[in-house]
Amino acid sequence: MKKTLFDKIWESHLVEERSDDSALIYIDRHLIHEVTSPQAFEGLRTMKRKVRRPDLTLAVADHNVPTEGRVDGIKDEIARIQVETLEKNVKEFEIPYLPLLDPRQGIVHVVGPEQGFTLPGCTIVCGDSHTSTHGAFGALAFGIGTSEVEHVFATQTLMQKKPKTMLLKVEGSLSVGITSKDLALGVIKKLGASGGTGYILEYSGKQISNLSMEARMTLCNMSIEAGARAALIAPDEKTVLYLKDKPLAPKGDLLKEAKKSWASLFSDEMANYDMKLSINASTIEPHVTWGTSPEDVISINDCIPNPEDAKNDIKKKAMQDSLKYMGLVSGQKLTDIAIDKVFIGSCTNSRIEDLREAALVVEGKKVSAKVHAMVVPGSGLIKLQAEKEGLAQVFIDAGFDWREPGCSMCLGMNPDQLKPKERCASTSNRNFRGRQGRDGRTHLLSPGMAAGAAVAGHFIDITKS
Amino acid sequence: MKPFVKITGIVAFLPEINIDTDAIIPKQFLKTIEKTGLGKYLFYDKRFDVEGKLNSDFVLNKEPWNKAEIIVAGDNFGCGSSREHAPWALLDFGIKCVISTSFADIFYNNSFKNGLLPIVVDKNCLDDLSKFARLGENISVDLEAQTIIVNSFVFNFAIDLYRKHCLIKGLDDVGITLEKSNLIDIYENKIKDKSWVIPDFQNIKL
Repeated sequence: MKKTLFDKIWESHLVEERSDDSALIYIDRHLIHEVTSPQAFEGLRTMKRKVRRPDLTLAVADHNVPTEGRVDGIKDEIARIQVETLEKNVKEFEIPYLPLLDPRQGIVHVVGPEQGFTLPGCTIVCGDSHTSTHGAFGALAFGIGTSEVEHVFATQTLMQKKPKTMLLKVEGSLSVGITSKDLALGVIKKLGASGGTGYILEYSGKQISNLSMEARMTLCNMSIEAGARAALIAPDEKTVLYLKDKPLAPKGDLLKEAKKSWASLFSDEMANYDMKLSINASTIEPHVTWGTSPEDVISINDCIPNPEDAKNDIKKKAMQDSLKYMGLVSGQKLTDIAIDKVFIGSCTNSRIEDLREAALVVEGKKVSAKVHAMVVPGSGLIKLQAEKEGLAQVFIDAGFDWREPGCSMCLGMNPDQLKPKERCASTSNRNFRGRQGRDGRTHLLSPGMAAGAAVAGHFIDITKS
Repeated sequence: MKPFVKITGIVAFLPEINIDTDAIIPKQFLKTIEKTGLGKYLFYDKRFDVEGKLNSDFVLNKEPWNKAEIIVAGDNFGCGSSREHAPWALLDFGIKCVISTSFADIFYNNSFKNGLLPIVVDKNCLDDLSKFARLGENISVDLEAQTIIVNSFVFNFAIDLYRKHCLIKGLDDVGITLEKSNLIDIYENKIKDKSWVIPDFQNIKL
């Protein structure tokens, strides 16, 4: 029987198969953070249950942490209690934890790979929808709710309905200056915000092999915005090379064994998928979202679309509402739209390559006087690396705020938020209404494009300048 | 978990697609360490204006829909963040069932874990139900029979049998799995030689 990469990982994690296409699967890695874990720990305490495998669990606080003045503690009392609750819980249940002031602290989906906690062929879960990020390593990784967090704590397993598989073949090559963020937005545009619902999305093709590990993470990260709970990319030499020096990744003889096991992690030729699609990378342009769903994607040189062109009445109404919320008019040129804020960060685009890409655009220039721009590195280690490489200085000289790591303005749980009607060029993953602050207006785009917008004061095509 | 067997109640129609979990429960309410008391923040930005005053235009603020127990909404309900605060807030407000043409995977899962019934129906059924919702009619949802009944109309719906069973009985997932802990032991024994899979935390000082 020819098998997909997904089939191989799924079958090697079966604890119990059920007759109805669902199964109890073993979980190799559990990442936790402060927001979706407290009620799960409380559930354990109430039922007098233990964490079965604290040694397969890693905790870090990221969602509500401040990105400045951290040494002085968290000023927001409710946020502080939540982080302190995590600290108390990891102590009680003996779970490895990277504290707030540790240089290795950062966004959970940045920290996992960076510490080598994320490995190919593993099942990885976290109470966060962007767990799909880890699929870049050929790991079956998906977001779960708090009840499932509790289930994994107590049993190290999850009852899951077997998902369908979709192969997305990326043909051709991305043009110069086009990033995996543009590709990710292109995929969401093609599939729609729910096109991937119920599927595991596997990316393949030469362009995927050519992407760096960090670029692959960006692509897999955004797959949930097309509804796909998990994404997969088969591991290769790049994957092994990336993991080589990571602290928690296997070393020596263990690495040899691991590599032997990882060598089988690919989809067999002629393996069966429930759906197959292809996308031509050479047609991808710098993408920017205009509306309030990540599927509202247009190219930088396009105009704001017209609701009259919508495929049905529901979509037409949604477009009209989005335009109103975003303060935009159809026919407006994207490049004419002024912005107030720039956010470079999030589990989508806060890694060192993202910062290099943005710094390259910014170097020797100044942030527009009308714009407030900030860079929030994905982890303390990335922050240090960027400072070592001189990237931090490039940003600071240009007038960017250089912050401490965390989820920050991606969801605005901490003080980093948009004010009503403020327009933000953001490298994050969701442009939902109110996501970055009530009545705030979010446009998703790549780090280079965000940097370009910061300097110009409006959206620009960085591939043309 | 509170079992779900049969309910009869008012239906509120939200004529939107892609209603995300940020809209259902905005981020500022995720700092809680409790599951309870989130109903007052449900659809906060829609129900309240910037000053915190009730927005009288929003359906859940109007009679009789302020007492709704069922929501009917457009495609891809519950997309976005995995926050289980979304079903917690819906339930705490009094919503026990959401009917849509499709749900995002994580929200769909989370609902079942809490006794909130998500029902997938086709577009025609949704259109019919939205009309009854607008009239303020009572609708009955019978999980055992897998039917939605309003006036003399009966709509059938499909549901995974195991999930139906757990919901009707109000079963605790963790408890069910723990009864199979011998199977987990067997699995862990089987992968013992796969030692590369165990992270060596000695390698990082914590």
